Amino acid sequence: MTVVLLICAALLTVAGVLALIRAERGPSMLDRTVALDIVVTVVVAAVALYAAAERRTDVVPILVVLSLVGFVGSVTISRFASVEPEGEGRVRSREEIAQEEAERIRAEEEAERARRARRAKEAEVAHPDAEPVAPVEARREEESAGHAADAQASSAEVPHDDDRAEHDGTEHDRTDEGSTR
Amino acid sequence: MMSLHPRKRRLAAQWPTVVWLVVVWVLLWGDLSFGNVIAGTVVAVAVTGLLRMTPVDFHGRLHPWGLVVLVARFAWDLLHASVEVSWVALRPRHTPRGAVIGVQLRNHSDLYLTITAELCSLVPGSLVVEAHRLTGMLYLHVLDVEQSGGVEAARKTVLDQEERVLRAFASDDELRAAGLDPHPRRSARRAEVRA
Amino acid sequence: MSWDTVADVVASICLIGGALLAFAAGVGVLRFPDLLSRMHAGTKPQVLGLILVLIGLSLRLRSGGAVWALVLVALFQMLTAPVAAHLVGRAGYRTGKVRRDLLVVDELTDAQARAATRDDADLPRNDAPEETTDAERR
Repeated sequence: MTVVLLICAALLTVAGVLALIRAERGPSMLDRTVALDIVVTVVVAAVALYAAAERRTDVVPILVVLSLVGFVGSVTISRFASVEPEGEGRVRSREEIAQEEAERIRAEEEAERARRARRAKEAEVAHPDAEPVAPVEARREEESAGHAADAQASSAEVPHDDDRAEHDGTEHDRTDEGSTR
Repeated sequence: MMSLHPRKRRLAAQWPTVVWLVVVWVLLWGDLSFGNVIAGTVVAVAVTGLLRMTPVDFHGRLHPWGLVVLVARFAWDLLHASVEVSWVALRPRHTPRGAVIGVQLRNHSDLYLTITAELCSLVPGSLVVEAHRLTGMLYLHVLDVEQSGGVEAARKTVLDQEERVLRAFASDDELRAAGLDPHPRRSARRAEVRA
Repeated sequence: MSWDTVADVVASICLIGGALLAFAAGVGVLRFPDLLSRMHAGTKPQVLGLILVLIGLSLRLRSGGAVWALVLVALFQMLTAPVAAHLVGRAGYRTGKVRRDLLVVDELTDAQARAATRDDADLPRNDAPEETTDAERR
């Protein structure tokens, strides 16, 4: 009986581990739901295996309850599932976060420049003299500098981790200079 | 003032539910004793009376032989198809090509639709993805089309399953409405006598 | 060879069979390419695997009361597993998580497309189909 117990326990453990891998990987919440449903089944089988090995009848109500309630989780999640954008739930690495921040700053500066150019053109068309445009332009430049500084500060707030100190070389050219290091 | 009569009538009409709940109660406790049955009846009546749910309309009757056929064939299908799906899962370098097929069921009842859908979902190889209650349309996802013998063979499996369910539970009128002969052996004999 | 030993041997075979099916479920959910096939792998071995494990358990326990409770467990599992699988599949379809390129035939999308074009075609009538879909979504 011990041999059978060991074989079954090994099979169930491997099944549980594989399901957990899918729960981590699965691109959508529904994949993770299915994987965790399998984990519930593995738990039920494991409790039954224990009861069979020890010949205990007092754990049978656990099986009843689990079989009744084990599907509630997946039903709830799938009832309220919504469309997820691709790669939304993925944990992003530090480099990716810094890269996204840099791209966002660049996009903002581009938008600012485009807006300024448009306003300048409209002002030229409306008022032929360039006087009112200059202070407006200066203010906008201050604003955009302020934006860039804020963005730099927030990207620098990516917490400094001692473990990541070894990746200094690769991070340095992507994040802004003179940040946390 | 609320009269008792509609409530009593509704409770009396839901006696199959009460019986089923008593059976569940007794099975949970494990031994068929007087106390268990009485306690079960009390709990069942309380639950059925307090939790208002739409009563299931069941106009059919139980055909014992049909039920035996249904259960036996279901057990055989379960065994056979579980082995097949496990084989597909464990076979290396083979990705299954699936298909989503629509099957028009022939009966007009919610109960039979649900039972057919549950049985088709349980038998490995097909999964009910969408069920349109009003039109009686079932959409199933078939895991491996070649293993099921093609799209039409998969459709026929569902219709066969529905036929077995109807022959186990449905009344004669419902069978005729679905286009099935309620007494195939009798009509075969009658055809022989006439010929 | 007493009946006890025979029962134990048969119970062991059933338990190993059930564990094997659970293992197949785990492998399948990792290997299969898209959501619907993974759901097949997840819910199908559940049923037969659980039934085998319960048969093995009842052969080991051999006490009347517990065996009836195990019958109930199997019944509940058979009632609830298809519901969960169906809802996950339906949600997957509605949120677009189904890879249509892997499907040989896709009649549900065709039917939905036909219903959509029908709705657009005769505009005054389009409250009726919406009603049914709302009722289904309930």
